[in-house]
Amino acid sequence: MALNRKIAYIDLSTGDIEIKPIPLEVRKKFLGGRGLDAYLLLNHTEKGCDPLGPGNALIISAGILTATCASATARAHFMAKSPLTNLLGSANMGGFFAPELAWAGFHHLVIKGKAEKPVYIWIHNGEIEIRDAGQIWGKTTTDTQWAIRDELGDEDIKSAVIGPAGENLVTFANIMTGIKNSAGRTGMGCVMGSKNLKAVAVRGTMDIEIAHPVEALEYNKQFIDQITSAKVNQTQGTLGTPFIWGATNSWGGVRTRNFQYNQCEDADDIEPERIDEVCEETMGPYHMTGCFACQVHCRAQYKVPSGPLAGKYDEGPEYTSLGAFGGEPDCKNAETVFAGNHLVDQYGVDNLEIGSMISWAMELYELGILTNKDTDGLDLKFGNDEALLEMVERICFRKGWLGDTLADGGLPAAEKIGKNSFDYLIQVKGMNNLHSDERGTPALALNIATASRGSDHLRSRPAIDLYHLPEKVLRKIYSNPIPYDGPLSSEHTDYEGKAWEVYWQENCYMAVDCLGICKYHTVFLGATLPNFEDWPKVLYYNTGLEMSPEEIWDIAERCNNLERLFNLREGLKRDDLKKGDTLNHRYFDEPCRRGAPDIIGMSIDRKKFNKMLDEFYEHHNWDKNGVPTPKTLKRLGLDQEPSHLV
Amino acid sequence: MEKVLMINYQKCTGCRLCELVCSVMHDGVSNPARSRIKVMKWEAEGLYVPMSCQQCEDAPCMNVCPVKAISRDEDLGFLTVDYDICIGCRSCVAVCPFGAMNYNIIDKKVFKCDLCGGDPQCVRFCEVKAIEYVDADRVSNYKKKDAAERLSAAQKEGAALQAAM
Repeated sequence: MALNRKIAYIDLSTGDIEIKPIPLEVRKKFLGGRGLDAYLLLNHTEKGCDPLGPGNALIISAGILTATCASATARAHFMAKSPLTNLLGSANMGGFFAPELAWAGFHHLVIKGKAEKPVYIWIHNGEIEIRDAGQIWGKTTTDTQWAIRDELGDEDIKSAVIGPAGENLVTFANIMTGIKNSAGRTGMGCVMGSKNLKAVAVRGTMDIEIAHPVEALEYNKQFIDQITSAKVNQTQGTLGTPFIWGATNSWGGVRTRNFQYNQCEDADDIEPERIDEVCEETMGPYHMTGCFACQVHCRAQYKVPSGPLAGKYDEGPEYTSLGAFGGEPDCKNAETVFAGNHLVDQYGVDNLEIGSMISWAMELYELGILTNKDTDGLDLKFGNDEALLEMVERICFRKGWLGDTLADGGLPAAEKIGKNSFDYLIQVKGMNNLHSDERGTPALALNIATASRGSDHLRSRPAIDLYHLPEKVLRKIYSNPIPYDGPLSSEHTDYEGKAWEVYWQENCYMAVDCLGICKYHTVFLGATLPNFEDWPKVLYYNTGLEMSPEEIWDIAERCNNLERLFNLREGLKRDDLKKGDTLNHRYFDEPCRRGAPDIIGMSIDRKKFNKMLDEFYEHHNWDKNGVPTPKTLKRLGLDQEPSHLV
Repeated sequence: MEKVLMINYQKCTGCRLCELVCSVMHDGVSNPARSRIKVMKWEAEGLYVPMSCQQCEDAPCMNVCPVKAISRDEDLGFLTVDYDICIGCRSCVAVCPFGAMNYNIIDKKVFKCDLCGGDPQCVRFCEVKAIEYVDADRVSNYKKKDAAERLSAAQKEGAALQAAM
């Protein structure tokens, strides 16, 4: 049964390992995955703990549905206090690691302490061992995985690993599995590095009993048909996420030159069709791959087509690599995108954050805030492909003053660089924005401002706002499973009703993260994709757990409040530019200069934004500072936190 | 006409949904270790090849079985193990040239593909059609077509080159 998967507490300082069941009452309150992670983080860390100290807890989990007979439940979740933001650290990854963890008998790992020397954790059919990683330390993300397989003699082992960036404590280092799958955001790889933990290797052959196998199988077929019939997923399965970058760019919704512009001109060489051409030329006509049991297969396979890395195999590049190595630094060469994507995958660093950091440095360099002396002579201008890739190396290995400075993350780097460098750092809560421009879309602006892990599109983005869906359709989505009769607008430039959309999506995304399902299988990008009304069935057939859509909604709301409580404990304040729910001044002060007629001249109206934020808090039943009221906490059963149920 | 599984590995995305549904269909559990089909992977090259029973005509597993526990299903033509007779010696596992006869350490039994009684779930769930269930004489057809396409493309290219000279 999925419900008999266990939780393990691993102390790397003492070597102590404790394995416990997950009580049903805990499942009913937090389900699993990200939601239960949030509960564990709040309960197993002290206020103000050092993100890189032994007191920080790294929590690794699979969703409650992971590896059951439900489609696309490959997601692993990682949580800790973030060394990048000093607030909630939270990152989600696909691939084949999470199902293997579940077949090995576990759903949650709570890793504390710090090993004296490099180690890795080996988990095999209910047993856990801490092993020496002296021979593996220093290796790239893929070499680490292959070395562990060689050492243990089993090529079916799946590992979540860090690369050199994590070892070098780059605050936005990620955790990776396979070639491309990354728990990218908030520096979870840096936390692993600080614990001297190179990898978590898992292998399992333990049955996960399906509560109602015949129904689960049939329902899965229906679920898959629903998912693959959506046009957006068909396109994802052909062109991957570059198609979103291309479409958004043609409209004027991407970032370029560190947010100076909202459209990358003359970008033919990095248009999705061109990227696809290179993948086809180097890998043949069938070059899409996917995560465990997923029928969307949104990831392309390729070999770097030319240049010093020619012939290297990798997967992607996805939206973010196009932004990081194409649009944002204004480089616009396919070869650079493919090479940059390969470097970040090998070194284990968040492509989004590193791309934004380098583009920020490029603007500072062009403004004269950074000089040739600071760059050790590197001509760090926009459009300099070589300088861009050189900076990836310097940051991941902390080479030179600038590489070392940027590796600390945006906020510390801005302090070190000084002058008015902070004004140009396009961040929320200390984490850089996706390479997209939200000045023409207030709903999306509110989403990144309030996302629990800092500026982010995967915590509450009402992306379907851009489809101009009829109000009737919006009403159907947004007034379920709990009633809503307030305003809703089909117009993406409106402020009316958008706070509700963000609030609703926040609960929707939390629910899928608890279940362990990929966001391409919910209303993130397609209005007809599964949501609250569909999940009770898949949950019941697979685990036997009976829950109504409203109950799943309540769990999601509870878990979002847990994340809020963690952030408030660690210093979140509503209007704090470094730790609050607000945006860089450019959103308000600098209108969009390029793009379609409906976006040129757009900026976020500060007054209307604040009103939207007030409404967002009201929907949550939080006070005007964004703090959950005692009544709200009581309603959600969170008035006794930390309650130490597990 | 007998039908067989036709695997076009180039189409396989490596998702392993076939392994999942195989174990759920046969054993009511999720566990790839119980799957009759397995996707062999070379991850560093992006190569994935699903492997399953070929239902051989002159089947080594059937020939080697010392107690004659393996026979052919008369209706669908697949090879099947009679567990009342099987002694679990694993000779069939040893001789199968494709590694398609498996051994399950939980139940201590050999097991293999039985085409799900005529509705193979791996085929049903594979949206990219890397596995199809076709009449036995059609197996080489897609290869013929691929090769023909290459031939025709080469001819066109040759003609264009000649014209340009």
